[in-house]
Amino acid sequence: MSDLIQASARDLSGPLIELTDVKTHFKTARGLVRAVDGVSFTLERGKSLGIVGESGSGKTVLSRSIMGLLPPKAAVRHGSIKFEGREILGLSRSQMRGIWGSEMAMIFQDPMTSLNPVMKIGRQIAEPLRIHLNMARSDAWATAERLLTDVRIPEAARRLNQYPHELSGGMRQRVMIAIALACGPTVLFADEPTTALDVTVQAQILDLLGEQRRDRNMSLILVTHDLGVVAGHTDEIAVMYGGKLVEKAPTRSLFANMKMPYTEALLQSIPKLTDPSHTRLSVINGRPPDLVNPPVGCRFAARCLYTQQRCREEEPPLVVTPEDPEHSYACWYPVGSPAYFEAKARIPSNSTVEVL
Amino acid sequence: MAGTGKAHLRDSPDVLLRVDDLVVEFPVGRTGLKVHAVSGISLDVLRGETLGLVGESGCGKSTTGRAIMQLPRPTSGSVLFENKQLTEMSGDTMREARTRMQMIFQDPISSLNPRRKVRDIVLEPLSIWKRGSKKEQGERVDTLLEEVGIDPARAAESQPHQFSGGQCQRISIARSLVLDPTLIICDEPVSALDVSVQAQVLNLLEDLKAKHGLTLIFIAHDLAVVKNISDRIAVMYLGKICEVAPSDLLYAHPAHHYTSVLVDSIPVPDPEIAATKTAIEGEPPSPVLPPPGCRFNPRCPAAQDICRSEEPQIREIEPEHFVACHFPTFTPVSISV
Repeated sequence: MSDLIQASARDLSGPLIELTDVKTHFKTARGLVRAVDGVSFTLERGKSLGIVGESGSGKTVLSRSIMGLLPPKAAVRHGSIKFEGREILGLSRSQMRGIWGSEMAMIFQDPMTSLNPVMKIGRQIAEPLRIHLNMARSDAWATAERLLTDVRIPEAARRLNQYPHELSGGMRQRVMIAIALACGPTVLFADEPTTALDVTVQAQILDLLGEQRRDRNMSLILVTHDLGVVAGHTDEIAVMYGGKLVEKAPTRSLFANMKMPYTEALLQSIPKLTDPSHTRLSVINGRPPDLVNPPVGCRFAARCLYTQQRCREEEPPLVVTPEDPEHSYACWYPVGSPAYFEAKARIPSNSTVEVL
Repeated sequence: MAGTGKAHLRDSPDVLLRVDDLVVEFPVGRTGLKVHAVSGISLDVLRGETLGLVGESGCGKSTTGRAIMQLPRPTSGSVLFENKQLTEMSGDTMREARTRMQMIFQDPISSLNPRRKVRDIVLEPLSIWKRGSKKEQGERVDTLLEEVGIDPARAAESQPHQFSGGQCQRISIARSLVLDPTLIICDEPVSALDVSVQAQVLNLLEDLKAKHGLTLIFIAHDLAVVKNISDRIAVMYLGKICEVAPSDLLYAHPAHHYTSVLVDSIPVPDPEIAATKTAIEGEPPSPVLPPPGCRFNPRCPAAQDICRSEEPQIREIEPEHFVACHFPTFTPVSISV
């Protein structure tokens, strides 16, 4: 499909995406912001990966780094990003344009601001088809109608002639998905695709993404702050904190056997329907670290309930669990270890509001 | 008014707020059509209670909250707060009544003046109402800021943009408490926050409620969040109330089909459970031309002919559990009168 990625250069046997020590830093007035600071992982073809973390953990910057959607002047990039075996980190915008759309596509959090308000829905879906696939106008329009049907928009033919403001938030997000799917991408990035939507519509959109992924044998990278969203819709989960990958595992393995106290704390802070009302919620005290001057040692140490001296001095490397070779974490005293239980026993049960 | 009934209203001396047949309609341009945002709902809140209002976007939950504050004044209906009729109050008396009822909004950053110092923002209500001396005002503000977890010294020299979203929500909470209100209406106060910060703010609201003897109306679309903080929950759909029940009862056995849908839509952070769920089709219809009969009938799995013609009235299905549905999810237990 793309002129730039020649069939000979494509490696279809290896992993789809391979990241090695990826760093994305931004030059700001305050200094260098280390938004993504040394992340390595691989994603297999057809798999779905959830990237989870709080605001400022670097999850959005990481997904944009892979897509090559960063301000070219402010960003300093290191490491290697291989897509189908080919290095794409240093590519120029015009070279990336051959990959966008037909290989990688992205949908964003706010469907209203990502759609052009003065252009008809049909034209917005047909545009990438005409640009990337050189389709004739009438073919592109017919494909657009089929895409709208695929994303379950009723009366697709009529909707093509409507403007974004005539649709509800959920419908707009479906249009965004239709645009992203238009050129048949190998991997779809969804950055908080359901955060602006109601719970009922969120469930519909997540189901739609899963269904399209299976039908098209596409990979999906789902970026979110909600562990509940990724639990049912991804094969693997990568947890980010302070610009680093702190835990990565197949979804079931992660929920069954969490190692990183941050992942555990993130899960425990979600209110559960099964708990009686007025159950005291567990909180993660404090705030994420300053990424201009990241702390020495483990970046979560200042907020972790089980911190020991070593955590503040030495940075824990990503290590593999004995139970599952695909499950790795970065912690000196992981959940379930003797040191964890010792520290847990010392924590007073009633904590007070701390002054920030 | 073909309302959904008042069976769920309580006759108690502790009722702080009672809303009867509240209707809020907005004109649609010059078309003569109306948006039926709130169509005849009745509610009550006891002193010290937290009432949760849940529903999807456009169900009228925020409009209800604002109509209680008379911002804007409702089209019809009555709002009785501390035994005073708010709908008949003049502008000045209403302004004074609003010091007893405060509001917290969804977007904490845009609800604070970006050009002012945080401490002055919290202090302003006191200086407008001339409560106490300058020194007393300052002391009150500093105490409140400390209670919500903001360093008063930093608040005195910083503007809202220097704080995070969670901290700005804490500042909004401090501002809402400064005039010592009895009722606080929280409109999606944690929807814009990260889960970890959301938990901090929910715990803080519980602490402050106990400490200051507050009554809360908590508006949100996330049933898990509402369940955590509320004593009693009212589920709204397209301007009507579907179901009212104590929080634990509502979740244990939702009686309205819409409530079941809402409960099932919440993403559960457990891969074993999450895989088996199916989402409901469709979206709420337009509140300009709401469907006749039960407003949920076009999406309801149990809808029959009567649901399309006759509006269900609220009735007690088990003690303290009220539902407006012709065919609830379980059979009513007999209630001796």
